[in-house]
Amino acid sequence: MTLALALEQLLNGLQLGVMLFLMAAGLTLIFGVMGLINLAHGSLYMVGAFACAAVASATGSFWIGLVASLACAAAAGAIVELLVIRRLYDRDHLDQVLATFALILIFSEGTRWLFGSFPLYLDIPPLLQGAVALPGGAQYPLYRLAIIAAGALVAFGLYLLIGKTRLGMRIRAGESDREMIGALGVDIRTLYTVVFALGAALAGLAGAMVGALQSVQVGMGEPVLILAFVVIVIGGIGSIKGALLGALLVGVVDTMGRFLLPQMLALFVPPSQAGLIGGAAASMLIYVMMAIILAVKPRGLFPAAHA
Amino acid sequence: MLTRENLVNLVLAVLLLVVPLAAYASGQPFYVTLATRVAILALAATGLNLALGLGGLVSFGHAAFFGIGGYAAGILATHSFSGEPVLLGLPGTNQMLVIWLVAMLVAGITGLLIGLISLRTSGVYFIMITLAFAQMVYYFAISWPAYGGEDGLSILVRNQFPGVNTMKPLSFFLICYVVLIAALAFFVLIRNSRFGSALQAARQNEVRVATVGIAPYRIRLVAFAISAAMTGLAGALFADLNRFVSPSMLSWHMSGELIVLIILGGTGRLFGPLAGAALFVVFEYLLGGLTERWQFFLGLILLGTVLFARGGLLGLLAGKARHG
Repeated sequence: MTLALALEQLLNGLQLGVMLFLMAAGLTLIFGVMGLINLAHGSLYMVGAFACAAVASATGSFWIGLVASLACAAAAGAIVELLVIRRLYDRDHLDQVLATFALILIFSEGTRWLFGSFPLYLDIPPLLQGAVALPGGAQYPLYRLAIIAAGALVAFGLYLLIGKTRLGMRIRAGESDREMIGALGVDIRTLYTVVFALGAALAGLAGAMVGALQSVQVGMGEPVLILAFVVIVIGGIGSIKGALLGALLVGVVDTMGRFLLPQMLALFVPPSQAGLIGGAAASMLIYVMMAIILAVKPRGLFPAAHA
Repeated sequence: MLTRENLVNLVLAVLLLVVPLAAYASGQPFYVTLATRVAILALAATGLNLALGLGGLVSFGHAAFFGIGGYAAGILATHSFSGEPVLLGLPGTNQMLVIWLVAMLVAGITGLLIGLISLRTSGVYFIMITLAFAQMVYYFAISWPAYGGEDGLSILVRNQFPGVNTMKPLSFFLICYVVLIAALAFFVLIRNSRFGSALQAARQNEVRVATVGIAPYRIRLVAFAISAAMTGLAGALFADLNRFVSPSMLSWHMSGELIVLIILGGTGRLFGPLAGAALFVVFEYLLGGLTERWQFFLGLILLGTVLFARGGLLGLLAGKARHG
């Protein structure tokens, strides 16, 4: 194991974490403000990736695709909110789970209908192709660094939006007392639609950025969605700060676990077995971490005040 | 007491028996297999109904127990075939009765462990944590190559039941049917027991239950473990039905489907899971015959049920549930 390799894995972990944050931020906002658990968030991620891939291949520009992914995911989010989600706010979590589970089926089959069963491919834009030399001599893809930077930028933007703007003030007010801000004359229904579309756009952005690293296919959102759940459970549901730290923690622990566990085990057992056991153990690592954190703090690391 | 709901239940139970018998008599063994699927899915959902319907515990991870039951059957059968010991010199077996016991035990203990941590939380946290634990089992099954990993595990010959030829579809259906009826009877027994009353009371008002000196946590934990064991039993039967186990039994879609069965049928009702499973399998069969995009329409139907027909099928047939 060299230092360069470890650094590379650490960056991969950060990149995964940043991507998870984009998903988790939307989920946790939607839960915090509307009290809604949205399983279909992974579908919006998929919508973003497909929109980006389709538009990029039609226009030849990744950047137009990226804008399209934001627009499509936000629009899909807004439509779904108006048609379905709106009716679920005063239902119990069971109904929400079921209705959004139904949405997943509809989104997945609908996408398969439109685009066929074969995956689409999305190229990394020319501007971000190539690699950067890391200290220690290894080469690291520029695109992955760009994802980390974009994620950090979005996190900062969200911080400004929620902490410093009027919309953010309303969102925070909605989190702490829904009825009160309605009584004060804020159009709460529109606010909900805006928050949902914002969360959807973040998910779509994540999908589009990751779409250039892996194939764009139906069902791609589901593993990410479940990781995002782990993130917000660890971070504390409703807390953006918790989502950020939880996402980085999960991203880094998952990636480093897959990298380090087999090597550590190799010190004790034969290498072939170490790879086997280490791989299986690493795939469970974040869930074990979640269990430990919950055993100590059942409401996550940064519990939101009201939930 | 012959209420409308009891009458509907009776009709459902008789239908599930008569339809495959008639199908068998008229030389349509395929429908027997379909009915077996209904019985097994209903059994799995009845297990979940103990936790979800009576206890109000929305577990989104029951696929873990379903799959564990399935793998228990698959692993024991494989070792019985190869003659190698499973663990600590214990041999495998192809006897269903032993397999069922092991499946329930392993699923129940797993349920106990998962419940120990998950039940410390409630609401959305509980939903997500049960989901996450089920994913943990799923990824373990995928990355552990000894029993097929991602490809799954085939059971070459269906396991044995004393005095019955299990390879005959009708005999295997009858076994599953009897197990389902026994499970439903057990559900009634629990629902009407002191334990069941406490469990339902904890769903309705946790604080009051705690005030009269009953610890809701322990009641729920026991209920969760029993629920897991019953779903595990269904998993073992499902593995024998398909003579195949794969990680897809553990996937979160399976967990979602089990909840769907309960809601389609009617939440918290004795025959809700059976009604839901029958409806689901019929949908799957009819829509699947019409279009390969049947999941799209299943999604629409499901959405319609949640938004507009909250009582499910039994709510339509037998009126509102008597207790909330």
